[in-house]
Amino acid sequence: MIEGRPFLEPGWIVDNLDEIGHRLAEHVLMTVIAVVAGVAISFGLALLVRYRPRLYGPVIGISGTIYSIPSLALFALLIPLTGLTLLTAEIALVSYTLLILVRNIVTALDGVPPEVIEAARGMGYSPFQRLWQVELPIAMPVIVAGIRIATVTTIGLVTVTSLIGMGGLGYLIVNLGIQRYFATSILTGVVLSVALAVISDVALLAIQRRLTPWAKARAR
Amino acid sequence: MTAVEPGSRTPAPDGGRVGGAVVALEHLSKRYGPPGTPPAVTDLSLEIPAGQICVLVGPSGCGKTTTMKMINRLIEPTSGRVTIDGQDVMGLPAVELRRSIGYVIQQVGLFPHLTIADNVATVPRLLRWPEARIRDRVDELLELVGLDPVGYRSRYPGALSGGEQQRVGVARALAADPPVMLMDEPFGAVDPIRRDRLQNEFLRLQEKVRKTVVFVTHDVDEAIKMADRIAILQRGGILAQYDTPQAILDSPASEFVERFVGADRGLKRLSLARVADLALTEPITTRAGERRAELRSRLDGSGAAYALLLDEADRPVGWIGRRSLDGDGTVGSDDAAPGSALLEPRSTLRDALSTMLASSVQLGVVVDESDAVLGVISVDAISDVLRAPGDR
Repeated sequence: MIEGRPFLEPGWIVDNLDEIGHRLAEHVLMTVIAVVAGVAISFGLALLVRYRPRLYGPVIGISGTIYSIPSLALFALLIPLTGLTLLTAEIALVSYTLLILVRNIVTALDGVPPEVIEAARGMGYSPFQRLWQVELPIAMPVIVAGIRIATVTTIGLVTVTSLIGMGGLGYLIVNLGIQRYFATSILTGVVLSVALAVISDVALLAIQRRLTPWAKARAR
Repeated sequence: MTAVEPGSRTPAPDGGRVGGAVVALEHLSKRYGPPGTPPAVTDLSLEIPAGQICVLVGPSGCGKTTTMKMINRLIEPTSGRVTIDGQDVMGLPAVELRRSIGYVIQQVGLFPHLTIADNVATVPRLLRWPEARIRDRVDELLELVGLDPVGYRSRYPGALSGGEQQRVGVARALAADPPVMLMDEPFGAVDPIRRDRLQNEFLRLQEKVRKTVVFVTHDVDEAIKMADRIAILQRGGILAQYDTPQAILDSPASEFVERFVGADRGLKRLSLARVADLALTEPITTRAGERRAELRSRLDGSGAAYALLLDEADRPVGWIGRRSLDGDGTVGSDDAAPGSALLEPRSTLRDALSTMLASSVQLGVVVDESDAVLGVISVDAISDVLRAPGDR
């Protein structure tokens, strides 16, 4: 920290609201892309595993291995292939969601009571109708719970993408903050990313409740 | 799909309407393992007349559930065939076939994420009925199974008791008016008293809808009570006997059947007769507030040992014994022995007897659906039936 400079300069925040808003928007966009792509890919993998149970081990093993690679190292590994691009950032971010989401969707679908599936078969649902109209709605609370975890994790990881020049709130923390010994920018970035994580979590929880009005009746 | 079209009706011989279709199993076999392993069902042939309840009964591992599931192709037979009104079930896509056959299972399997109305509407929605027709049908069915549509329509299954859930399960199976219903131990998961109630309700329902019902149970008493015809299966899905309950009790076809039905065939015969078959007697009734002396003289005059105390709505409260009716003053509810046996006309004599033996005064009070007293039966009247088997 540079001597004589105050710890917090509200004036800077006011002067740079546009910049801060822009970085926040970047952060949200990168998170949304990563989570949406992650859910889509995980859903495909979960269905694959469902109809080919032998693949469950390898799928979970590979996504677990990726999950254990430190994020900075994963970016470094990808740069030779895809450069300092949004694609590099998203490949890494999506990869990290897979372990959480695949395991979660598989568990959620496995949790559908067997008698409900038996009744659905006996009444003449086709396998596709059964998946969309019976199994997925019943699995939804558990799936959304997994999406909440994946979202909050991704919001944290997006800050790291500033190291490969991707902006987001990490830009305030690293590029404007740490590299220039400027505490106000660091604080702004940190507070906003924490707030973003909390708000996303609460919003998804609200969606989860909205989607499952029947869960309340059951708990009674 | 002409033969198994939902709602198709075959005229009954008596000119009434039967909602069912003839279900025939022809040389049906099922082997789960490779050729050479013992089959689960072996060369089973039987024909179920339209509008009748056929109970498949036998010890566990006798292939009764496998047999039932081959009718709606949840299990595909290894050989042989199933026809419904003459049409081979293999001639339809399995999904379409199942929509034309009602299906009820022990664990009910209601969809927890759908309201009661949406659960009942399941098959009509799959068949793409117009919404207005579905709404009317749902209300009609909820009433049919004794659930008030206004109170239940928008609730979720999780908020219902086991008995209520199974009623919804039956309504759901009947929704598209299928000619055939498959029921796999439908009342197996509820306690004995509620089971008796649900059984009676289903028999009452069946009188109205006249479906062809294939009913699986391991309980001989339930089989005798529910069946028009019983198919007794033994291990390996071999048909041991297929006949009316009466004929099976009177002349078991083999030692296996005799052992399976049990040594107490005389007692089991009580499951064939209903309370309504007996002559009901009228009890001496009283209400709170009658002078004790007056009730005493009425009892002494008739020779009865007990008077039945009724509440303001004419519902039975309990029995008052002549011996406990001393002193002056008026009759009150404290005088009545609690726990009198309440019976429905449709209860079997077996259920009636066990209820009566368990209550303090061994007289059964027969009540209608609104608990109004229809009459009284005694243990003696039931033992008369026991003494004259077959003369029913």
